[in-house]
Parts: sequence; structure tokens; C-alpha cells
Amino acid sequence: MPQPITATNDFVVKFANVNGSGSASANGLFAKSIMRMGVPIASRNIFPSNIQGLPTWFEVRVSEAGHMGRRGGVDMMVAMNPQTWDRDVAEIEPGGYLFYDSTRPMPKSRFRDDITVIGVPLTEITNAAYSDPRQRQLFKNIVYLGALSALLDMEVEAVQQSIAAQFKGKEKLIPANFAALEMGRDWAQQNLACPIGLRLKRADAVGDRIFVDGNQAAALGAVYGGATVCAWYPITPSTSLAEAFEKHCGRLRKDPETGAKRYAIVQAEDELASIGMVVGAAWNGARAFTATSGPGVSLMQEFLGLAYFAEIPAVLFDVQRAGPSTGMPTRTQQSDVLSAAYASHGDTKHVLLFPEDPNECFAFGADAFDLADRLQTPIFVMLDLDIGMNDWLCAPFAWDPDRRMDRGKVLTAADLEMVAGFGRYRDVDGDGIPYRTWPGTHPEKGAFFTRGTSRDREARYTEDGGPYVDNMQRLLKKLRTARSLVPRPIATPAKEKARDGVIFYGSTSAAMREALAALDAQGIHLDAMRIRAFPFHDDVAEFIAAHDRVFVVEQNRDAQLRTLLINEEEIDPARLVPVLHYDGTPITARFIRAAIADRASTANVLPFRKATP
Amino acid sequence: MSYLPKPKLHHPKLPTNAIGLTRRDYEGAISTLCAGCGHDSISAAIIQACFNLSLPPHRIAKLSGIGCSSKTPTYFLGAAHGFNSVHGRMPSVLTGAYLANRELIYLGVSGDGDSASIGFGQFAHSIRRGVNMTYIVENNGVYGLTKGQFSATSDLGSVAKKGAVNTDQPIDLAAIAVQLGATFVARSFSGDKEQLVPLIEAALLHEGAAFLDVISPCVAFNNHPGSTKSYDYVREHNDALNRLDVMLPRQEITASYAPGEVTEVTQHDGSVLRLRKLHADHDPTDRASAMHQIMERKAAGEILTGLIYVDPNPTALHEHLGTIPAPLNALGDAELCPGVEALDRINASLR
Repeated sequence: MPQPITATNDFVVKFANVNGSGSASANGLFAKSIMRMGVPIASRNIFPSNIQGLPTWFEVRVSEAGHMGRRGGVDMMVAMNPQTWDRDVAEIEPGGYLFYDSTRPMPKSRFRDDITVIGVPLTEITNAAYSDPRQRQLFKNIVYLGALSALLDMEVEAVQQSIAAQFKGKEKLIPANFAALEMGRDWAQQNLACPIGLRLKRADAVGDRIFVDGNQAAALGAVYGGATVCAWYPITPSTSLAEAFEKHCGRLRKDPETGAKRYAIVQAEDELASIGMVVGAAWNGARAFTATSGPGVSLMQEFLGLAYFAEIPAVLFDVQRAGPSTGMPTRTQQSDVLSAAYASHGDTKHVLLFPEDPNECFAFGADAFDLADRLQTPIFVMLDLDIGMNDWLCAPFAWDPDRRMDRGKVLTAADLEMVAGFGRYRDVDGDGIPYRTWPGTHPEKGAFFTRGTSRDREARYTEDGGPYVDNMQRLLKKLRTARSLVPRPIATPAKEKARDGVIFYGSTSAAMREALAALDAQGIHLDAMRIRAFPFHDDVAEFIAAHDRVFVVEQNRDAQLRTLLINEEEIDPARLVPVLHYDGTPITARFIRAAIADRASTANVLPFRKATP
Repeated sequence: MSYLPKPKLHHPKLPTNAIGLTRRDYEGAISTLCAGCGHDSISAAIIQACFNLSLPPHRIAKLSGIGCSSKTPTYFLGAAHGFNSVHGRMPSVLTGAYLANRELIYLGVSGDGDSASIGFGQFAHSIRRGVNMTYIVENNGVYGLTKGQFSATSDLGSVAKKGAVNTDQPIDLAAIAVQLGATFVARSFSGDKEQLVPLIEAALLHEGAAFLDVISPCVAFNNHPGSTKSYDYVREHNDALNRLDVMLPRQEITASYAPGEVTEVTQHDGSVLRLRKLHADHDPTDRASAMHQIMERKAAGEILTGLIYVDPNPTALHEHLGTIPAPLNALGDAELCPGVEALDRINASLR
């Protein structure tokens, strides 16, 4: 047997549970207790499209160094689901640990001899202590939390504080949970060699960071960004974004005197109606958004063409999942890049924002509304399931108190009195962005007809080719203007001069940073660029031009951002090397490191071949 | 050029309404529909109704989908913002616009293809949500712009211009609107201006989801013998339930009627709908009776027109949602942005 793994504040624990068994609460307590000890964690739910009965996993990566991506591999498996036992046991790293309910004896063949097996008779303990079946089930989760706290040397006060925080407002439940915690802890201390090789130690590495999921954050961004109309249709993994908007608004957006709502949320009959309502509301001067996922974006295509052509500001939060069709609705991907960038029929291009974590979900969630009003066009905020539905430890939300909404080029009644003439689609300022008016503004001036059919600069219907081309060219000019308004890419130079670069975006960032450090240690130096928006800033083409090859790391099969780069920036495809991860699980640093090291070491143009072990 | 502006000049002695506007001030561009199209009569009725009610044209938002009927908002209320959206989706765009600003009057114009086929779902859901709007379907039973296909409101056995016989059951949008909870449902005929204008007036004053099914013959593709939506057929089978007079709140009521001859319904805004009964003993505020009337007349081979149902005290979506009385699009940073302190508290709760 290999040496049992020893690690302090740097390991991965995975919980294998049955959906609906109440395990999520105990697992969350485990994660939060570690953070209370000042140790950063990255946690991920891996869940089925199901309410009760199917397997679900919760993975906690403990990382004092602050790596927030998935690492890959499992050091300790808490195997609570007989259905998935074999694959769960197989996933443990050699030298790792298996924690299981030993009430019923298991044949030796179901174990591995290169891991440490830790049996705790959880069912026996809870059956002895509780008579109610529901209590037996729920407290079993707390009992294993207690046993784990002893095995991993967690501070019991940290766990107790987490329990107290969880049951705030339901304080009478606290003593019973403390008792169950103690039960598990006592049993482990009396019967097992505690602690094991995996240990937690108080640190000071969490700082002022917050722990939140991207959907909550994006919804809060929409509140701060001034959104007043939300129209949506339920679809995993975006549903919790619309629901979070409702929750935030309930607390933050009611008239303090009357309790009346300064917002309107409509659960529409489908995604077509959702985006239709957003278009109507935005046309009429409200800040409006929808939250959806890939199949919803597909259904919205016709309206997106209209919004692009008629120049309506709309905001879409696309929480991407594995497709096509229903695909894997509860698994993550970055696979809507192309369908969003070129959404609809005819010639269209849309603005996309790529937040890397919940902090940017908040920031871009608010920025999207300024951009939509400024550019008078749909703006997509491209989350994915990994960012949207998992809690991430990230920098706290920040807001400039002097910031005001940028409503863009909107003429008021007073403005209309001043200007010589109004033409909805005139390019007055030379930036491709025309002026608009809201309905009801002025008795005689400023009214125009909005339509998807072609029209001249005065918004008058025409099927003449000249005005059509003139308008389409102006829309391109507007997109050119957008390049300088959207979040700029962030370049991180390698420590040593690098001939190769890497481009990445969105939820890949955390794993990418860790992979870059590992590659650097291995002698593979790469300049890195995190793209934060489409249309691409000029920096992107310059970055690619400055390198022999650029790896493009993405979470989809077809290298969609790479396609967009080739198409929009006219890059030689040979210079963009795709690194693709698309099995529905979040990309890992191990995967990126291996994929890049493999290609780097086989390329004879690179000098560091011998440095690779 | 496919845009025909109308000359602004008009006779100096044209009558003006309470806000000093003439009928011409409610017109739009010159229609590009076929000569004799029923839709143009409906546009004229809309213009007349808005003039009669002295509505400021710019406080009306006119929205439509795609099709001949949906082209018509260009031909009336030129001082109002208009939105010619996508096929069958006017109701969602109108709903969104209404959410943004509850103070404007929303006029949705659609056709039978737009509302009974591709947009049937949006029609239904906008009605059941109680969007405060006037929703007019210009119903000709045929796809005009694509040259003569049957629509979903074509009657069973109706004959197409090229001879095909419709074998599908028709959708009666008025009956469905009654069932879906519309708080105002009427049917009329584009060729009966006397009936249509007051119905549009009453619908515009109604503070809830008002639905009007207006039979509007297509002279190009559905005005031949064998069609059940031709001028001749509708005139012969038009079974008017009542005749409506709309009295504005401040208007003196002069005419007198014998007891039982009229029904008066006072709408929420104070306007009085005086209904002169023509035959059936129907209480227009009784939803079940409304449904019965539609079904009974249909069985008799007649087209029931008039004010079929009205709820004098309707509620609308904004009341259901509990939104503030002010338009959402008028709110500024102070009302919308919770500020730094609130954010600090949120950050603290996430640690």
C-alpha cells in the first residue's frame, strides 16, 4: 500500500450522496466551517436533473494557497450512496481515504487495498439515538460531519458557529444539532486514530472575501444596475438568477412607505415571450433583462435579430450548460459562445461579457445595463453553471457611490425642443450610435415607428438597397465603438520571456491561473490573456500577433471562442491551438497543465523539452 | 419609395375636440393596403374613436405583429410611437412596454394569423395576465400578405379563392378571450362603423385587458361566394347583440329609453356604456351568459357582434404585481440603486 496522503489545508474531499436526503445542508456546514478557520475552499455541487433519489455529489477543495478551480482527483471520499459506490471508490487517489457507513458489513472485494478505509456505523449510531425515521436520516448527516471534524482536526467551535449561523431564527434546532455533532465526534475520537493524514489548521487566508454563487451575484448586479423589469422562463441553471432578483428586490427595492414594488417580474409562458417583454420594456425606457440558458437563447433568436436591427437595449444572462438540446442540463459548459455572438438570422453580431467569478457577475451584471443603453443593442452576460450555481470565494462586491446610470442617447421633451430635427437612425456623433426617444415624450416631436423591416435614417419604411446598406454599415461602426466600451482583456505576462501565449475566459480562469503556475514551475512559460468581452478589444489581436502560438482554453467541443477569433480578427487558424474540456464537469488545472505540457513537449520548436519530466 | 407621407394641410374649419385637435391630427401615413380592405375602415374607426375621446395621440403606444393588419399602425396616430414587432409576438412586446410605463394607453393591433396561429399562446397569456390594453384582431380568415392561405379563424366549410374547402375547426378568439378572463370582449365588423367606433372608445377607456375581434374582409383573397368572411356574408349573418353609446364621465346624458330597453354599465373611469339591447336577454357583465350567447349564435349560423362581456371594475397586471403607481421607466438612481451601505451589509452576510 502506498503511503497514506498527508496534507494540511490542501486536499479534496468529495461527498457522494442521494439527492433529497438532506445532505446538502451538512455538506455546506462542512465547507463553511473550514472557511471559519481562515482556510479558503472551492466547493462544487454535482447534481442530477432530479428532485429526489438520484446520485448527487459535493466536492470541497481545501486550498490555503487559494486555488479556486477544480483540482481533479479526490483525497477523501465520503461515500454515502450505495448506488455509486464502485465509481466513488475508484475515484480516490492512491493513498487516499474512504469514509463510509460501516453499519452493514461490506465484502472486502468492494474496497481497495491502496487506500485507508474509515468505517463509522452511522446508521447504528442514529438508530440508537433517534426513533423518528426523518430524524435518523437528517441527523446521520450531522453525525458524519462530527466524525469528519475529528478525523480532519477541525476546530469544533468553527463547526458550532456554522450550525448556529445556519439555524439563525430557528434557534431551538441548534442544541439537537450540536448533540448529533458531538455524537459523531465522540465516536470517531474513541474508536479511530484521529486525526488522519489530511488535516485542517487555522490560517488567515480568507481575508475579506465573500462566499456566494454567480446567479445571486448577477441578480444583485441587475438590482444595482437599475433593472426594473425581469421577464423569464424557468430553465436550469438560470432559474435561481431570476429568483434571486426577486429576493433581492423584495429587500432592496420596495417603496419604504407603501411597500409597493419598484420592479416588475413576470414569469412568462416561454422564452419567446420573455425576450419579447424585455424588448417591449426596453423600447419604452425601462431597464429590462431575462435570464436563460442555451435552449432559451435558441428560442429567442427571432427577437434578438429584431432587437439588434431595431436597436433596442436588452440584457440577457445566459447561464450556459452542456448541450445541444437538453444535453446535460445540470452540467457546465461554455458552449453558447457562437450561438450568442451571432444570434438570429441575417447579419448580426452581439456584445458578450465573460465574468470569471461571482464578483465579476455582479460588476458585469450592473455594467450590462449601461452598455445596453449606451449601445442600444442586446448585451449577453455569459455565465455558466459552474459560476452560476456554485458558491465561490471571491472578492467582495464593490460599488462607486458616485456612479450614476448611463441611460445613453435618449432625447427628452426639452431636448426635442432644442434640436433642429430628429431622425432615429442618424449617426449624429460619428460613433454609429443614434439618438432615441421613448414613447409619450413630446406631443409633436420625436415619435417614430420601430420595425424589423428596413428603414431610412428618419425611421421611414423603405425597401431600397442604399438606405439598407447604409444602416447595416452604421451597425458595424457601432460595434466598433463597442470595443472600447466593453471590459478590456487582462494580460498576465510570464515570469520569463515567452514565445507562446494562452487565451482563456469565464469560469476557466481559476483553473487556468493554477495551471499557469504549475507550468511555470515545470519550465513552460506562457503569457496569458483573459478575454472579458466580445467584440474583442484591439489588445487581443496584438497579443496573438506577439506570439508564435496561442493556446485557447475553452469548455466546449468546437473551440467556439477560437472560431470567433479566427473569424473576427482574421487570425491564421494554425496559430491558435485549441485546449478543450467539455465532459460537463468544470475544467481542472491538472487537465490544462497536462494538455498544454503535452503539446508543448511534442513541439520541436520549443526549447524546454528536456525540462519536462 | 414605399413610404407615403400625407400632406399636413387641412381645412381651417375642421371641427376640433376638447384638446383642440382635428380628426386629421390623429391620422398617419397613407395606407398601402388594397383598395376596399376592411383594415382601412378599422384604422379610420380608431382615428375617429381617439378623436372623439380627445386622447393626446403621443400618449398612445401602438404595437403590432406581422401581416396586413400589423402594417396598419403606420396609417393612424402619426404622432404616437409605434412598434411593428415580430410575427405573433405583439402581446409580449406590449406587455413589456406596459410594465415599463403604466401611464400610456396601449393599443395592440393584430390579425387572425398573428393571434390565432403563430401567436395564439401570446394572445392567451397577455389576456389572462390582465395587461391594460386594447387588443384588436383584424380578422379576415385568410393570410393576405402570402396570398390566400386559410387562417385558423376560417370557418369549417369556408371556400378559398382557388376552391379549396377548409376542413379544420375555426378558433373563435372572442369566445376564448371570455374564457381566459378578458375583462372586456367585443366583436364587430369593419363595415359597421356605427357599431365599431363606440366599441373601440369603450375598450380604450377600459382599465384592463380589452379584446376586440373585428371581422374585416380581405378584398383580394377572401371576398368571394363561399367565403364566410366576405362583405356580403357578414352583412347577411351579422347578429348584433346590442348597440353601444359611450358617455364620458363629464358628459350629460340626454336620450331617454323605456325600462328594459337599455343596460348601463359604468366603467371604472366613470364612463357610462349604454347598451341598447337588440334582441337577446343578455347581461353583458355575466361571463357565463356571454359564453352561452356566442355558442348559441354560432350554432344558429350567425355571427354575434356587439359588446359581449364587460367587467365594470377590472384589475390589471400592475395591480396584481403590486408595483408603484409611478412609471418604472421614470425611476432614477435614488429609487433604484440600494447604495454602498446596503452592499456592505450584503457582503458581511456572505462571509
